[in-house]
Amino acid sequence: MTLATPQRLGTVGLGWVRAFGRFWYRFIIGDDWTVAATVVIALVVTWLLHIAGVVSWWLPPLAAATAVGESLRRVSR
Amino acid sequence: MNHSSIFVTTFLAAAVEVIEMVIIVVGVGTVRGWRSTWFGAAAGLAVLGVLVLAFGTALTLVPIHALRLAIGGLLLVFGLQWLRKGIRRVSANGFRGMGARTASADDIPVDGMDWTAFVLSFKGVVLEGLEIALIVISFGATAQAIPAATLGAAAAFVVVAGAGLLARGLVERVPRSALQLLVGTLLSSFGTFWAVEGLGVAWPGGDAAIVALVAWYGLGAAGYIRLLRQQSAGLVLQNAR
Repeated sequence: MTLATPQRLGTVGLGWVRAFGRFWYRFIIGDDWTVAATVVIALVVTWLLHIAGVVSWWLPPLAAATAVGESLRRVSR
Repeated sequence: MNHSSIFVTTFLAAAVEVIEMVIIVVGVGTVRGWRSTWFGAAAGLAVLGVLVLAFGTALTLVPIHALRLAIGGLLLVFGLQWLRKGIRRVSANGFRGMGARTASADDIPVDGMDWTAFVLSFKGVVLEGLEIALIVISFGATAQAIPAATLGAAAAFVVVAGAGLLARGLVERVPRSALQLLVGTLLSSFGTFWAVEGLGVAWPGGDAAIVALVAWYGLGAAGYIRLLRQQSAGLVLQNAR
């Protein structure tokens, strides 16, 4: 039987944290960070427009479709 | 409102939410595999059950707007990744499908848990389930008919989830490249809808805006596929000269 030493537990814990971080990175960022960044910026601007009393529901779908198009254009060049 | 009208109202309102839940679970399961998707859905239902038992009518205090924003935003960024991959695959290979799932093609682990499928399924079930619980509590408590409201929502779950299970076989026959495009379109549409609602911004037409969003992303994808095909046909012609 192998005893779990603090050092071994630390290595396992660190590995788990790395895997966890990698999973969320792949989930959110994927292979093109600009798409996720555009979505975040679009949502912030949508909220700012909303609190300024401007109709803003149209912005996220427009920004998302444009970001995908721009990302496809870059890969296909 | 009498008990039968409460039953019908909660049945219809909950059915809309269950349809969204089933679309996500069936779509993710078909593209990424069922085992981890079922684990995610079961974990979502378990968390939901614990929340309902622990909080009861106090569930109305859950910050549903913040949850919609967080879950919607995550679904949107992930859905756009699938949409983008689906567009590239369909423009390159058409709707021929991609054969069996491969770890290298889809980044799906061969053994163990596929956490992407788990998380997508879990989030869809928790968010939609919470919305159903809120519908039951708000309708049921206002009309003092919580049992009738609960029965209405439970019936909606059984009917729609049953239909979803039956539709699973049909969905699995769709070529995988087309399916990834379709599920990417749906995840992006639901993600956009929830994230914007979570910001407190109202959609024109309420829930019907989801249909418009599906059309928007679907037409956008069709346009990009056409452009990519024209581009690659142009390159082939250039190389032939």
